[in-house]
Amino acid sequence: MEFDLSLLLNGIVSGLLLGGLYAVAASGLAVSFGMLDIVNIAHPALMVAAAFLVVAVGGAIGLDPLLCAVLLSPVFYLIGVGIYTFYNRFFERRGDEALQGLAFFFGVMFIIEVGLVMAFGPEQRFLDPSYAFTTWRIGEIDLPLRMLVPALFGLLAIGLLYLFLHRSFIGLAIAAVAQDAEALRLLAIDPVKIKRLAFGVSAMLACIAGGALIVVQPVEPSSGQIFIGRVFAICIMGGMASLSGAIAAAFLFGVVENVTATFFGPSWAPAVAFGWLLLVLAFRPQGLFGRAA
Amino acid sequence: MSATTLTDPRGADRIRHLPFWLGAVGVALAVFLALRLIGNEYGYYAGYFVLQYVVLASAWNILGGYAGYVNFGAAGFLAAGAYTAIFVRKAFGFDLIPGILCAAVVTGLLGLGTGYLTLRLRGVYFSIATLCLAVVLQTLVVNWDYVGGSRGAYVIRPMTIPPFASYGEYIFLVMLALAVITVGIARTVEVSRLGRGLQAIRDNERAAEAVGVPTLRLKLMATALCGALMGVAGAPLPYYSGYLNPDAAFSLAFAVNAIAMPLIGGAGTWAGPVIGAVLLASLQQAATVTISSALNLWIVGWILVIFVTIAPRGILGWFGKR
Amino acid sequence: MSILLKAERVGKRFGGFVALQEVDLELRTGERLGLIGPNGSGKSTFVNCISGDFAQHDGQVTLAGQPLNGLKPNERARRGLARTFQLPQPFNSLSVLENVRIPLLFSGAAAEATPRAMECLDQVELGPKALKLPRELTQVEQRRLELARAIALRPQLLIADEAMAGLSNAEVDEIVALLLRLNGQGVTIIMIEHIMRAVTAFAERLIVFVAGRKIADGVPREVLALREVEDAYLGKQ
Repeated sequence: MEFDLSLLLNGIVSGLLLGGLYAVAASGLAVSFGMLDIVNIAHPALMVAAAFLVVAVGGAIGLDPLLCAVLLSPVFYLIGVGIYTFYNRFFERRGDEALQGLAFFFGVMFIIEVGLVMAFGPEQRFLDPSYAFTTWRIGEIDLPLRMLVPALFGLLAIGLLYLFLHRSFIGLAIAAVAQDAEALRLLAIDPVKIKRLAFGVSAMLACIAGGALIVVQPVEPSSGQIFIGRVFAICIMGGMASLSGAIAAAFLFGVVENVTATFFGPSWAPAVAFGWLLLVLAFRPQGLFGRAA
Repeated sequence: MSATTLTDPRGADRIRHLPFWLGAVGVALAVFLALRLIGNEYGYYAGYFVLQYVVLASAWNILGGYAGYVNFGAAGFLAAGAYTAIFVRKAFGFDLIPGILCAAVVTGLLGLGTGYLTLRLRGVYFSIATLCLAVVLQTLVVNWDYVGGSRGAYVIRPMTIPPFASYGEYIFLVMLALAVITVGIARTVEVSRLGRGLQAIRDNERAAEAVGVPTLRLKLMATALCGALMGVAGAPLPYYSGYLNPDAAFSLAFAVNAIAMPLIGGAGTWAGPVIGAVLLASLQQAATVTISSALNLWIVGWILVIFVTIAPRGILGWFGKR
Repeated sequence: MSILLKAERVGKRFGGFVALQEVDLELRTGERLGLIGPNGSGKSTFVNCISGDFAQHDGQVTLAGQPLNGLKPNERARRGLARTFQLPQPFNSLSVLENVRIPLLFSGAAAEATPRAMECLDQVELGPKALKLPRELTQVEQRRLELARAIALRPQLLIADEAMAGLSNAEVDEIVALLLRLNGQGVTIIMIEHIMRAVTAFAERLIVFVAGRKIADGVPREVLALREVEDAYLGKQ
């Protein structure tokens, strides 16, 4: 393919916009996997389930998908609390996280995905808000609102998460759990309670990400599978417990993936996620932005 | 953690292999004769369906059950085996048996490579990598026109292969032999030094390393073996169905069953995956007639979750003293 | 006597935090060394550098003249270095005997694994419990199992990292007697311990770590009398 500067520029810009979606998708995982050390491989499946619910509910009452995701997020908070309570009771307390706990999340992921197929069919679903077909142009660069609005929305959610984690008492307690659960006990704070709450927040973020996802692209029940590679790669690249690291990694990832898709064809995009994941694991398991352990 | 410990570890130095092999061959013969007496071609195809899961579940168990490292990529490895068989048939005219051997080599190397890149870290990174592996391999196959791309590939099956009564009987017997060999390998691993080392790794990897167990080497051996046997489970698939496309080869059913079967039967024992595979696969084979395949899989997902929750040691855990 | 373990300018940093700074140590064959220091003084960091748990650290470590740098813990174990952990770390699904057989299976002595393992268990008086599971043992028995597993490969150097935490006085004396017996058979031992009763009964030489540095090295009675040791360590108790 001939090299084309405006193609490259547009690839980078829409990659950055895609990065906004990836950032919000990965931020929930940065809380559960990064901070709580719970390998929730069902996170992308939750996100896709949220997208389907947004289509169903938003489509029925004619509500904007992003607004609809915000309204649905308390439901996902409760789902998250439920999943963690169950996980803690049957796996964490028994010390069975590594094999049975992982299999549990795999089962949850599987049940969600197949459940969506049964409820909605295997076809793609979409819900286009009114602005979906508007594109702003700045010089040579296209800024489709279909991408821009969810990216900004995602960043707003992450901004709120950041404030919550760094300013509120509960947020600081979550950070403390990530460091040392025993220390919290000394302060008479129950780490399980804090983890339950944090896991709920993580599921809420999956819902928000699902809302952003449905604006950007149509979803199908198996969409979650492609996101697993992406969000884990981003989380690990970002240095696990670091929210800012995950965001930076998400933008970088969006750009690399999108530029690859622009020049080599979109069917190769999933390979980028895996390639990155393997490279990161092989050479910088502490993350691109983390310090050596 | 599981019922794997021999009741008399003093006897661990002298494991008797002959009775096992005689028993295994005896059971295989009995199954074959029973099907032959029934004389229904469908019986062979149903039998193949169950046996491929015996191989797949036993393969998963070598890494997941003994060492405690979860491989989510069973569908990827199995499909890689199936497509290797298609490729060597088209490129070199290899038939089923050499195709199986090539598949074992290719998927063994695939396992070794994935393991080499990720196993030096915490086990969960290996699991995450295998989770993405299937997606990526599927991307590669879909884009690879030589093996049919997304349209799929045909394998023209002869009506009969003498001396066998029918093609169904032939392909069934091949899978039966593969199942016996795989279960035998799994049992040999269990009672060997490799199996003991893997159990030590599962129980406490840091302590294993500190007392001189070469943990990385053992894990790599297990990943390579696990990958190779999964490829073996998949290699006959295009010969069995006559046609293979990426959706069928990378089916979710393989991914979930490979994990559910050993965990339900009892992970970390050679018999556990066999029990789990026979039970779950027969159930699914019977259920496809009456319910949709999606509901079928959904039920497997629930069974998996329920079993790891209330019976974390599987069915064999109910009988073991631990 | 020859030098068994030689550590030269061994140090370890975590990010910007210096956990261990330029520690030199020469240990003669057969010596009984006590290593003390307050929590966070770098004792465990030092042990992990010697045992290979940290893949990277500053300085050089040699055992009986062979450089250990870059070797993984399992390779060091097969070269004659053994350690126990602060909390017992048995293989929980394997029997007591099998726990001790594991190291032997991966050594040159695999054929003799069972008799040698029984010999080690007899040495720590766990012979009758060989077929039990680790969780069926008492705390002090678990400590003894840990020692039996550590000596299976006939190590030249044994590092006992707080092998007595949480034990009663009588049990501490029991473990000390066991370590003395092993030392009598020629095993060089480093004992890292908070329990002074054990250290004074065992060590013929004492080193003290404070804030990642070795601040004293000598005969226990003299070391304990030093002002800076008293200030830094004993004063806090």
